[in-house]
Amino acid sequence: MTEAIKRPRRKDPQKRTVLPTLPPTSRSRRALAFTAAAAEGRFVLQKCGDCEAVTYPPREACPKCLSMNLEWRDMPEGGRLIAESTIQTSTNVYFRERTPWRVGTVALEAGITVLAHVHGDVAEGGRVRMIARTDKSGQGVLMALPEEETENMADDKQLRELTCDPKHRRVLITDGRTPLGQAMARALSTAGASTVFVGVAETWRPFAGADELAAIPSVEVMALDVTDTVSVNELASEIGGKVDILINTAEYVRAGGAMDRDGIVTARDEMEVNYFGPLRLIQAFGPGMRFRGADGVNSACAWVNLLSVYALSNWPAYGSTSASQAAAYSLSQCLRGEFHGSGVKVLNALFGPLEEDWRQPLPPPKVTPEGLAKAVVGALQQGLEELTVGAVAEDFLTRWKQDPRVLARELTQPEGA
Amino acid sequence: MAHASMPVRQSYDGVVAAVPVTVPYQRYSPEPAHWWIARALGELVRAAGIMPQDIDGFCVSSFTLFPDTAVGLTQHLGLTPRWLDHIPMGGASGVVSLRRAARAVQCGDADIVACVSGDANHVDSFRRMLSSFSRFAQDASYPYGSGGPNASFALMTEHYMKTYGATREDFGKICVAQRDNALSFPHALMKKPLSLEQYIAARPISDPIALFDCVMPCAGAEAFLVMREDNAKALGLPAARILSTIERHNAFPDDPIQIRGGWEMDRAEFWSMAGIGPEDVDLLETYDDYPVISMMQFEDLGFCKKGEGADFVRSHDLTNGGSFPHNTSGGQLSVGQAGAAGGYLGLVEALRQITGAALGRQVEGARTAVVSGFGMINYDRGLCSGAAALAGAGA
Repeated sequence: MTEAIKRPRRKDPQKRTVLPTLPPTSRSRRALAFTAAAAEGRFVLQKCGDCEAVTYPPREACPKCLSMNLEWRDMPEGGRLIAESTIQTSTNVYFRERTPWRVGTVALEAGITVLAHVHGDVAEGGRVRMIARTDKSGQGVLMALPEEETENMADDKQLRELTCDPKHRRVLITDGRTPLGQAMARALSTAGASTVFVGVAETWRPFAGADELAAIPSVEVMALDVTDTVSVNELASEIGGKVDILINTAEYVRAGGAMDRDGIVTARDEMEVNYFGPLRLIQAFGPGMRFRGADGVNSACAWVNLLSVYALSNWPAYGSTSASQAAAYSLSQCLRGEFHGSGVKVLNALFGPLEEDWRQPLPPPKVTPEGLAKAVVGALQQGLEELTVGAVAEDFLTRWKQDPRVLARELTQPEGA
Repeated sequence: MAHASMPVRQSYDGVVAAVPVTVPYQRYSPEPAHWWIARALGELVRAAGIMPQDIDGFCVSSFTLFPDTAVGLTQHLGLTPRWLDHIPMGGASGVVSLRRAARAVQCGDADIVACVSGDANHVDSFRRMLSSFSRFAQDASYPYGSGGPNASFALMTEHYMKTYGATREDFGKICVAQRDNALSFPHALMKKPLSLEQYIAARPISDPIALFDCVMPCAGAEAFLVMREDNAKALGLPAARILSTIERHNAFPDDPIQIRGGWEMDRAEFWSMAGIGPEDVDLLETYDDYPVISMMQFEDLGFCKKGEGADFVRSHDLTNGGSFPHNTSGGQLSVGQAGAAGGYLGLVEALRQITGAALGRQVEGARTAVVSGFGMINYDRGLCSGAAALAGAGA
């Protein structure tokens, strides 16, 4: 049985911080489709479109019939551990620092065998449930979990390397003035975060839910205005060395496109919050988090961007806001590249219309602040990097994956969204 | 596929292998592969009493020659061969080079083929080689603990033990016997005796594999010549005839985990071509990067039945003076693994033993040897297998 991880003691500032090292990063281009799916928490393998054979490792042609028609398909998660080894010594520094390390050969229900990381609670020769996740190098890997949930399962040393579990970690939520920020604070507190710093701009200005927010266990309200560089830098100098997960809940949403707006004042406000906000946060908090990617139980592990799904493709009804969200989305990819080497994951949560004031005229189904917060916490616990929340966003993403140019055409029709 | 008639393979009559050469191994050396291969080639020429330009066929195996191949080596070493091959098959390189070279000589495409394997071992070479060994390893095995072949063979060993009841003591007996053989072999890197107790108590590497189940990566080279029998006689060189060879790649791809190698597909043909049976063999040189694979070779080559490898080991003395002399120089487990030269080690040692020229303890009356090769853990299993039956002058 997995032993529960204890809350780490306060760090001795005299002590050296363990620097991040990485598991092997190099992959063939073909294998990146496996990684991209793993970032969403999906377990896919290639299946031959002609003879139906499932193949692995990633190939260019079917080894049964030489068809070039290999398609990435979601696979059944079941399997059985048919051989295992606990690696005691490794040539790679990352694993060398983490041995003993359990690996095994799993016979999948899909009909083939794969090499995988193995959770400590999997019985010898036992049935397993496979997950695909990105590891600290950002590449997709397979892990065999016990078929049934076990006690303290998430605390398994190898599994926790793949996840961004908020348990015992310190979180910064950048805007607590909104129902979304407050729901997020409650969800992270419940998930076992040791401290939930919640940023509030213009603290002297009262806001709904302020008292309730302050009363949430582990919450510490901090002055933070993402549109003010000085404010962002001041908070970073105070708590930058102890932010393990940063969740940017600040957003600025206004209806309308470009042509019918008078001037660029609103657009500038959108950019101030939606694009320059994360940019300021990255510059202030990014370097500290990058340095602390392997800093023990409460290492820095995740940066969460909450983005409207219209960041992917512009919806003219909210066209100007969509453009600022697109800028933020593009920036998130830059951030992912800059975090490479640190083990810190960038989680992009793309959501459909949120149940809040500025999206009041939009029809259901809508995402509630509580629903979005719960989904983000779940994604952190699972170690995902891509999350889609709500029926509208899921439908949108499906269409986007099918053909982004067709979707772009659809969105410019009057009934487009 | 229907066969009108079974094609009959031509014998290797009239072709021999001669001049076994080992360039003494070093644990680490700053010298590149080119240096090791050049030394081996020079040794071949001197020992055979020929001139470098007499070599008109050249066959090379090496992992660390990059960015060169056999082509670059011709200019580097001043050879002008009319037949050239590069065999990137790791532990199967020796057997495969032998059979390719033998056909070239037999058909008159070359008169004297120098078969050479050699590898460098710099301080960080092994880690670098593992991380870029193959595309499948890069995509699907190296990211899982980066245990390299230790971890791959640990999984095979664990599965084999569960399936057939082999124990660590059984594997230990193979390793201990080889160490005994190595003590009289001058080029072995391991020079201390090994007891079964020491084997069992050794530092764990990747369970159930411990330190003495693993070969030590090192630098070194091995080589031999292939020529016509009359040519060898004229040069006064002791030589071995080639009774039979086999080669197979990616055998049994649907086995969930490797429990047998390609030898099983080809062993009937192997023995029938050789005209002898397992009982006629005086010594066996298996590819021994881990003892489990030697045990599989006992089975798959037909020295015992599948699953009876452990019993076979229990009922034999595997030392050079024993009932079943095996890996008579100490094998890679005690001599060291000089990259692709590990795939030549058994072949070169067998040539010495059956021509009465052992450097260590001579197996008495050794005339007939079987050498088998196994190589390239591309992902989860070794893909290349091969074997050769050789006969010395008295056989």
